[in-house]
Amino acid sequence: MKINSPLEAYKYLPQTNCGECGEPTCMAFASKLIDRSGKTSDCPPLVKEKKFAKKLAELDRLLAPEIRQVTIGVGERAANIGGDDVLYRHKLTFFNKTKMFFDVADNMEEAALVERVNKIADFKKFYVGRNLLLDGVAIRAASNDPAKFAAAVKKVAEAGLPMIFCSFNPAVLKAGLEVAKDKNPLLYAANKDNWKEVGELALEYKVPVVVSVFNDLDALKGLAKTFAEAGIKDIVLDPGTYPSGKGLKDTFTNFLKVRRAGIMGDTEIAYPIMALPLTAWMAGIADPVSASYWETVMASVFTIRYGDIMILHSMEPYSTLPEVHLAETIYTDPRTPVSVDGGMYKVGNPDKDSPVFFTTNFALTYYTVESDISANGIVCWLLAVDTDGIGVEAAVAGGQLTSAKVKDAFEKAGFDLKTDTNHKTLIIPGLAARLQGDLEDTLGANVKVGPMDSGRIPGWIEKNWPPKQ
Amino acid sequence: MAKKMKLSDITNMFAGMDVEALEGVTIEGDIELDLGGLGGGFDPMLAAALGQESAVLAQHFARIASMFGYPVGFGAQAAAPAVSPALAAPKLKDLISAKFDVANIAEWTTQIQEVPIGNTSADGGSRGKQVMLGGEKALPFYFDAPMPNRNQVTIDVFDMRIGLAKAVKENYDEVMDSPGEWAKKNVEKFNADMITIHLISTDPLIKDTSAKDAAKTVEEVLQAVDVPIAIGGSGNPQKDPEVLAKAAEVSEGERCLLASASLNLDYAKIAEAALKYDHDVLSWTQLDMNAQKELNRKLMKQCNVPRDRIIMDPTTAALGYGLDYAYTNMERIRLAALMGDDELTFPMSSGTTNAWGARESWMVSSPLGQDSDWGPREYRGPIWEIVTGLSLALAGNDLFMMMHPTSVAVLKQITQTLFGIVEAEPVDIANWIGAEV
Repeated sequence: MKINSPLEAYKYLPQTNCGECGEPTCMAFASKLIDRSGKTSDCPPLVKEKKFAKKLAELDRLLAPEIRQVTIGVGERAANIGGDDVLYRHKLTFFNKTKMFFDVADNMEEAALVERVNKIADFKKFYVGRNLLLDGVAIRAASNDPAKFAAAVKKVAEAGLPMIFCSFNPAVLKAGLEVAKDKNPLLYAANKDNWKEVGELALEYKVPVVVSVFNDLDALKGLAKTFAEAGIKDIVLDPGTYPSGKGLKDTFTNFLKVRRAGIMGDTEIAYPIMALPLTAWMAGIADPVSASYWETVMASVFTIRYGDIMILHSMEPYSTLPEVHLAETIYTDPRTPVSVDGGMYKVGNPDKDSPVFFTTNFALTYYTVESDISANGIVCWLLAVDTDGIGVEAAVAGGQLTSAKVKDAFEKAGFDLKTDTNHKTLIIPGLAARLQGDLEDTLGANVKVGPMDSGRIPGWIEKNWPPKQ
Repeated sequence: MAKKMKLSDITNMFAGMDVEALEGVTIEGDIELDLGGLGGGFDPMLAAALGQESAVLAQHFARIASMFGYPVGFGAQAAAPAVSPALAAPKLKDLISAKFDVANIAEWTTQIQEVPIGNTSADGGSRGKQVMLGGEKALPFYFDAPMPNRNQVTIDVFDMRIGLAKAVKENYDEVMDSPGEWAKKNVEKFNADMITIHLISTDPLIKDTSAKDAAKTVEEVLQAVDVPIAIGGSGNPQKDPEVLAKAAEVSEGERCLLASASLNLDYAKIAEAALKYDHDVLSWTQLDMNAQKELNRKLMKQCNVPRDRIIMDPTTAALGYGLDYAYTNMERIRLAALMGDDELTFPMSSGTTNAWGARESWMVSSPLGQDSDWGPREYRGPIWEIVTGLSLALAGNDLFMMMHPTSVAVLKQITQTLFGIVEAEPVDIANWIGAEV
């Protein structure tokens, strides 16, 4: 965006402090616009009243992210990509997590195709209160046959996921578009040979399109500019993704250059970037596990350095799990607090016979423990000890988690093991086992060492609870 | 002659079996080892116990460095039918030519300190080579300025036999009673640039080995290998300074990396030993840039440690377990350094083995019923360590403390590719759409 202080945004607001946006003042609303937690459309007077129309248009222009945001697909699983304003996540946050599309080929047997698409659609990995998902399907026109491609598109579309149509043949792309008219797929791709026809398809069907020029940023920019001037707004850049050696290093450099130019104001190339880690499978790696590893390595590099959307092949969990976790890692808003408030939390409706656990107030640790316990139907007390937001193992090592800290946490929470429970027992994390003796002395209660990982609490409880006196 | 197998063969071999068949190494059994007593800090042995269940597989991966460079054969895509001229568009008449240009970052004015580890005979030591860290003038692998020194990997050795998963034993069983032999294996078989010897038996809750006896192990390792070494304590803040000081004494002149000085122990004693006996200091803080500045300042100003003897460990959290904080902490530290904050212009080190603490790297299956199948864990572990390390390599980390041979091989392959020293046959990706994958 072109402005960076609330004061600059405030100038364009009604300045009536009417409160309709939910904020007490226009200045507070302006702050939300600047940190991108609010949108101009949240201000009813600005949108409704005609006299503000000019200001609204100007404000929207000033607030528009440096990198264009492009939407692929429709409905609740539509994928937004791009929309970034910074080169480093700590400067604000990155927006629109890197989207992972997995390939199918139009020459696959129908049953195999459907099975693979369902696997992509159904993938789920629980992570602190939400599910990490895969984002879409890239249909490769391996047959180069319009009819075959259209048939595959029809099948894939049933899953409701965003799609990328992959062919350099405009006739093939058109056949796909005809059977998926309102699905808003991404066209891959326009290149130096087919750009006129593919560009025309993007205009005619109003769909986003990839411009593809391998390892030539002048030509890539020229093609993007050509499309922009013809009225195509939703452009994605493919600078080429080489899988090994100097080619991969060049690819890395291209991604850095394109994104830096875009963030620094070169609007002609300020579009989302596509990476193709799938080319790992063309690098001559005979063994599929090694090829899969290499694909994940490439995906990791381009998740961190500016890939906004990627096409991948391996559906092995040892590929997908690290890939979705890394995208979540890099795109998590760094402004969200590291920690939860210290104190005693209830899981279910615990009573005097329910077990008592503690963990640290590092948000990831706390939510992991909490979900492991609640997902398994264990009713208990869970004390979050304030360790300055550091996890158990590191806090024991660093001295932020000591028996005195645990005692202090119980006292602050007003919870006394001796009177508030019948069993007078505390279960401590396995990674804090060395505190056991100290804690028994400090708390005057029984201290049992729980498992090293909270995922094992259910098994542990089965064996060890209620405690034998 | 032994039959060569591919990983895929092994996968297929396991495919028909119940996963429990691999449970010669059940985590239930392994994880409840005497870990509570192992002292503070991350316990790399846990990593070993949890992670290396499939050492045989790892040996196959060790060949990964040679896996590129073969001619690539792909069936040519069928020629595309000519596009009908009727499709030609009125709005898109001429291809506009453009010039792409982007500036280097002007604010990156300051070079990261170069810090050598290990002395060769030229410097009065007995190492066969020196490892050089740091020297960057830009973010890693960036085009703004060439990166002078590649990333380095140090592999762990422990000073006592402790419980290991069966598959780890397949790798290390015959060397586990001899830290020297263990170190040799890491260098010769697994291509370690350095060795880290962890003196974990010195923990009063384990064997309470005396500093003097522990120092003998350091001597043994120095005899066995000629790569530079890092020396780690047990993580016990009371005892570590004494243990590291004694180890520093017996390794005088070798320029080892003493791990670690931190704000919660007698860092001055460690710094003093480093100066007196010619070593480097690892300055360890926990995900806190300001604490890192404070400790570095104390090492420089209070303890007079020269700039070329300080390496930072700003803490590594595993993928899925706080890597976002570790990543951004390192990236912020490196950017601040490049822009001139001279309390942060030092190379960085990562305890990448922390990745093995993530349940995804070692659990047989997800503890949560709604998750998609997690698949075989023997493949999950190494990639978890790779992605954790690689992320930090991109944030600016220089030295990686690692365990799994596969992870070491792949991390080296990608960091050296981005560094620019990996040669490979160019791959024609033009027809990726029609490629058989």
